[in-house]
Amino acid sequence: MIDWLHHLLIIPILLPLAVGAALIPIDERNRMLKGLFGFGSTLIVFVVATILMRIAASAGNLPETGIYQLGNWPAPFGIVLVLDRLSALMLCLTAGLALAAQVYSMARWHTAGHHFHSLFQLLVAGLNGAFLTGDIFNLFVFFEMMLAASYGLLLHGSGPVRVKAGLHYIAINLAASSLFLIGVSLIYGVTGTLNMADLATKLATLTPENRQLVETGAAILGIAFLVKAGMWPLSFWLPPAYAAATPPVAAVFAILTKVGIYVIVRLHFLIFGAAAGPSAGFGQEWLVAGGMLTIAFGAIGVLASQAMGRLAGYSVLVSSGTLLAAIGLGHAGMLAGALFYLVSSTLTISAFFLLIELVDRGRDAGADVLAVTMEAYGDFDEDEEEEEVGAAIPGTMAVLGLCFCLCAVLLSGLPPLSGFIAKFAILRGLFDVPGSDLTTAMSAADWTYVVLLIVSGLAAMIAMNRIGIRTFWASIEGTVPRVFVIEITPVLVLLAACVFLSLQAGPAMRYMQATADDLLNPLLQSERVLSAPRAGGQ
Amino acid sequence: MELILSAGIGALTASGVYLLLRPRTYQVIIGLSLLSYAVNLFIFGMGRLRVNAPPVLDAGGVGDLAQYTDPVTQALVLTAIVIGFAMTALFLVVLLASRGFTGTDHVDGREQRHD
Repeated sequence: MIDWLHHLLIIPILLPLAVGAALIPIDERNRMLKGLFGFGSTLIVFVVATILMRIAASAGNLPETGIYQLGNWPAPFGIVLVLDRLSALMLCLTAGLALAAQVYSMARWHTAGHHFHSLFQLLVAGLNGAFLTGDIFNLFVFFEMMLAASYGLLLHGSGPVRVKAGLHYIAINLAASSLFLIGVSLIYGVTGTLNMADLATKLATLTPENRQLVETGAAILGIAFLVKAGMWPLSFWLPPAYAAATPPVAAVFAILTKVGIYVIVRLHFLIFGAAAGPSAGFGQEWLVAGGMLTIAFGAIGVLASQAMGRLAGYSVLVSSGTLLAAIGLGHAGMLAGALFYLVSSTLTISAFFLLIELVDRGRDAGADVLAVTMEAYGDFDEDEEEEEVGAAIPGTMAVLGLCFCLCAVLLSGLPPLSGFIAKFAILRGLFDVPGSDLTTAMSAADWTYVVLLIVSGLAAMIAMNRIGIRTFWASIEGTVPRVFVIEITPVLVLLAACVFLSLQAGPAMRYMQATADDLLNPLLQSERVLSAPRAGGQ
Repeated sequence: MELILSAGIGALTASGVYLLLRPRTYQVIIGLSLLSYAVNLFIFGMGRLRVNAPPVLDAGGVGDLAQYTDPVTQALVLTAIVIGFAMTALFLVVLLASRGFTGTDHVDGREQRHD
C-alpha cells in the first residue's frame, strides 16, 4: 500500500481551501496571477479526481484507498471521507466544469468584482467535500461552505437584478439549511449515529415508533435537498438567480442542483434501500410526483422563455425533474441511465450558460428594443450592458452557431449525441422488465414519465429552434460578437466532452451500471466503511 | 423541563416561520434568526436533556456514562451557531445592498401597489 495514494483523497478538499485562503491577501490588481493560481489548483484537483476515478473503477483491489479516516479514528466514531464510484464520478464532473468556467472567467468576468477566484476555490472545496464526506453532519458543513461561496459568486458583479435574485436565493437556502439541521438532529436523536454507513446498518433494527421518527427526519431532510435540487414548487428562486448570475458562475452553478440530487440518490438508497426492511422505498411516490411536476413546469418554462438565460434556467429544472422521477420510479435498470443523464445534462447546460453570453453580445439593435419592451412588461431578464471587448476571431458566427446547434441537439435529446443516449438508456431501463408481460408490468406513472420525457425534449427543441432562428438566422444586420479564444475554448471543450461521452457510451454505461449496482447494495458499502482498518495497523 | 423546552422551540419556530413569510427584509432576517435559535435548541433536545452534567470526561479515571451528557450534540450546536451567525451576517449585507439599490425594504425590491 503506497502511502501517498491514500492521502490523495483529502487533496480535492484541502488544496482549493488552502489556495482560496492564500489568494485573499494578493492584491486585486494581480487578477491574472490569482487566476493562474486558481486554475493550477483546479487543474491539480481535476488530475487527482481522474486518478481517484480510476481507483474507484477498479475497486475491490484497493479497499483502503476508498476510506480516509480523519485523525485516524475508525468509522462510526471519527469523521471519514468515503470514495466510491459515485463520488469519484461527481468529483471529476465538478473539476471539469470548474476548469471550463474558470478559464472562461479569466477573459473578463473576474474583473467585475473582488475575490472572484478565492470564492471560486471555496466553492470547489465545498462541492468536493459534500461529495466525499461519509457522515451527514459534515455534509451540512460542506453544504454551507459551498452555499456561502455561491452567495458571493451570485452577487459577483453586483447590480440591482443580482442583488434581488441573491436576496431570494439566500433567504430560501437559509430556511432550507434550518430544515437540514432539524432532519439531521432528529435522525441522530433516534439512531445515535451520524455516519451514513452506520446508519444503513442500524435502520433495520429499529422499533416501529423509532422508525417513524427516522422517516420524519428523512422527510424533513428530503425537503431541504429538494429545495436545492429545484423541485417544483420549491424552485421559484432558481431561474431568476441563474439568469442573473455572471456566465462563468451560472455555468458552475449547473452542478449545484446536482448536489441536491446526489445526496437524495445517496441517502435514498443507503437509508431506504432494499436492506431497510419495512421502510424500504420510503418517499418514492413523492419523488415521482414531484419530479414529474418539475419536468412539466420546466418544459412550460422553457417554451415561455424569451431570453436564453431563462431558457437555460428552466432546462436545469427539466433535468432535475427527470432525475428525481427516475430515482422515485425505482426500477433498478433505470439508475445507470439516470446517472449517465446527470453527467450529460450537466455538461450541456454548463456549456450553454457559457455560450449564451457570447451569442448575446452580437444581438442587434432590434433585439435591444425587444429587450426594452420585455422589461416594460415586467420581465426582468436584463442583457449585460458592459462594453464589448475582445477581438473578433474569424468565422465567429459559424463557431457560435455550431456550438448552439450542438447544445440544441443535446438538450432536446436528439440522436446521435449523449442527450439521446442518456434518455434512451433511462427508457430502456423502464421497459426492460424481465420475465413478465409489458402491459401489466408498467404502471400509469411509468407511462406518464415516458410521455413527459419525450414531450420535454420536444419543448426544448421548439424553444431552441425559435431562439436560434431569431439569433443566428434573422440578425443579418447584427454585429459579429467579439470573442476571446479563451472564452470559446471552454465551451468547445465541454461540448467535446459530450461528444466523447457519446462515442465512449459503452465503457461509460458500464461504469454507470457498476455505480448503480453499488448503490443498490448499500450494506456492502457500509461493511467496507465500518471495517476499514486504522492506519498504522493498530 | 421537557415541556418548557418543547413549548419554547414550538413558539420560536412558529414566530420564525411567520416572520419569514412577511414582505419586509427586516422581518425576514429576524424570522431566520428565530428559526435558527429554535433549531439549535432542538439539536440540544435530541441529545437528551441533562442538568449539571459535563460533556467532557474528567481527568483521571473512566467515569460512569450515566453522569455525562451527550458531547456530540454540543459539538453540533456549536458548529450550527457559528455557521448560522455567519450566514445571518452575510444576509444582512445583501439586505442593505438591496435597500441601497431599490430604496425600499420590500423583499421584491418594489412596493406593492394598493388599488
